[in-house]
Amino acid sequence: MEDRDERIDRLRQMAGRMRRTALALTLSAGPHGAHIGPSLSIIDICAVLYGGVLHVNSNNPRWPERDRFLLSKGHGALGFYTALGEAGFFTPEELYTFEKPESLLTGQPAMCVDRGIEISSGSLGLGLSIGIGVALAGRKTRRNYKTYVLMGDGECNEGTVWEAAMAAAHFRLASLVAIVDANGMQSDGACSAILDMGSHENKWRSFGWETRCVNGHDVGALFDAFTAARSNPDCPLAVIASTVKGKGISFMENNNDWHHNRLTQEQHDAALLELAD
Amino acid sequence: MLPINASNARLWSMLGSRGTFGVAMLDAAAGMDSLMVLTADLSVTSGLERFRVTYPDRFLNVGIAEQNMMGIAAGLAKEGYRTFATTFSNFAAMRSYEQVRLHLGYMGLNVKVIGLAGGMAMGQFGNTHYGIEDMALMRAVPGLTVIAPADGAEIVKTVETMMKHEGPVFVRLTGAMNNPIVYTSDYKFTVGKAVRLREGADVAIFACGTMVYEAMQAAKKLEAQGVSASVTNIHTLKPLDGQAIEEACSYASLLVTVEEHGIIGGLGGAVAEYTARRGGAPRQLFVGLPDRFGMNGDYKYLMHKYGLTGNQIAGKVMEALGCRTGDGSKKLALVE
Repeated sequence: MEDRDERIDRLRQMAGRMRRTALALTLSAGPHGAHIGPSLSIIDICAVLYGGVLHVNSNNPRWPERDRFLLSKGHGALGFYTALGEAGFFTPEELYTFEKPESLLTGQPAMCVDRGIEISSGSLGLGLSIGIGVALAGRKTRRNYKTYVLMGDGECNEGTVWEAAMAAAHFRLASLVAIVDANGMQSDGACSAILDMGSHENKWRSFGWETRCVNGHDVGALFDAFTAARSNPDCPLAVIASTVKGKGISFMENNNDWHHNRLTQEQHDAALLELAD
Repeated sequence: MLPINASNARLWSMLGSRGTFGVAMLDAAAGMDSLMVLTADLSVTSGLERFRVTYPDRFLNVGIAEQNMMGIAAGLAKEGYRTFATTFSNFAAMRSYEQVRLHLGYMGLNVKVIGLAGGMAMGQFGNTHYGIEDMALMRAVPGLTVIAPADGAEIVKTVETMMKHEGPVFVRLTGAMNNPIVYTSDYKFTVGKAVRLREGADVAIFACGTMVYEAMQAAKKLEAQGVSASVTNIHTLKPLDGQAIEEACSYASLLVTVEEHGIIGGLGGAVAEYTARRGGAPRQLFVGLPDRFGMNGDYKYLMHKYGLTGNQIAGKVMEALGCRTGDGSKKLALVE
């Protein structure tokens, strides 16, 4: 049985591998480039979910009791795909078809339940509503799965997020977990400068959610946020994860040039050196 | 299953399209455990109150939030629920269009969108409630089937069919209370297969929704004026029944499309897209709502105002044939 320290160490190593793979895939995408910055901000979250929280089985991808993970911020695809690779849904060779013609691994996810991709995403603000339907279905069929929806903080500009936030609380969907990747940046710059939404914690709480604020790069804290007993078993849970866009690569961190960009071989190699354990 | 007979047809006419939809859903839901019906705070006006009371576990009111409703419907459908999402037709087509495009089209989820009060049924409220672009929008979404039932019986047929049909569908309901009756006996309803209701030799009229009845009236009027017009109920706009159009092209010298919808992108557009690719088809007369926002008014007033009654349609056909309205005892060459 793995103890806490061992689990944290394993999840950290998994996140490290995912970062290296995400960089390699960005390089392989060539002139298309990739959303590397907003993927790096969610990699620790995805590592914790796929490495320690979600009940999913790549050998039985339609297992009715599986937990459902919906990537609402579709531009975090590389954080998601690298986690699916770690979880056995894609081989390393398949991962390298990323953004290639006819690939299952489009620049933003396209639904393929047999490979662990539960929904198509890319247009922002739509995932949480789908998550409500998925969670309602689970309750109606008396299944015990949980539904996780990962959004960006910029994505929360979209009004549909708040339609869904109201409804999830109204329907008392305790099995629904919203994760806000609060990296503080969106496509055109700082969230606070573009549309200052104030405190996400206060917003989600006022919409009727139990909220947990966590360092989104602390795998132990993330694990606890997802697994600790709930103080209010009737509420959906919002995990507000403070993150850094471009996390782990000094020249990408908090630099919106890397929201979506191509990567040169030199940049790739320099980035890899920073990730060496 | 509800029997289609004259008595039920009268009842459904009296109830109007929304009331009939509610009756049909209540009947068709029996034994359908994996069924969910969603409303965005319009259950009463959708005719779904009895359904709500009878099947509270299969009914969900999401509040006034059509986009969220379509997302929730998608999530339920993804998990195996046959899901009906109901709201006014133009709200479904416009407020939640992207959800329809991505969740129903792109992901192909098994959601049946029921668009209530398409066309001018809500005309007294003004243009916010007109559905004049809904078919054009929904028809443009890849993978989406688009159905516009002609009358109460066809609404019943459509609902029964939707309980078995797999894949995303937009069903557009038209008409107010006391809807005209087209069908008083049972018939074969197949998605994508048009129904020729009347044979003709000179003119082929294609219609959908409430306009099927008016097209039949127009054909009678034309007959009295010496023009033989067929009438085909194109209840499924997408996929379009090309064979029905081919048949019309073989005998008619004028194709006429009649719809309670703007003349851009609806039934007329669908037929024209087909014939343009085909080449050599007869000229087409588009009868529908003009390309502008219209006046407010009750349903009958608006139908008349926009020339969508049987008599007016016949007059437009005569005009297109080069005859003056009312004196078309002989057929003339088509005017350019």
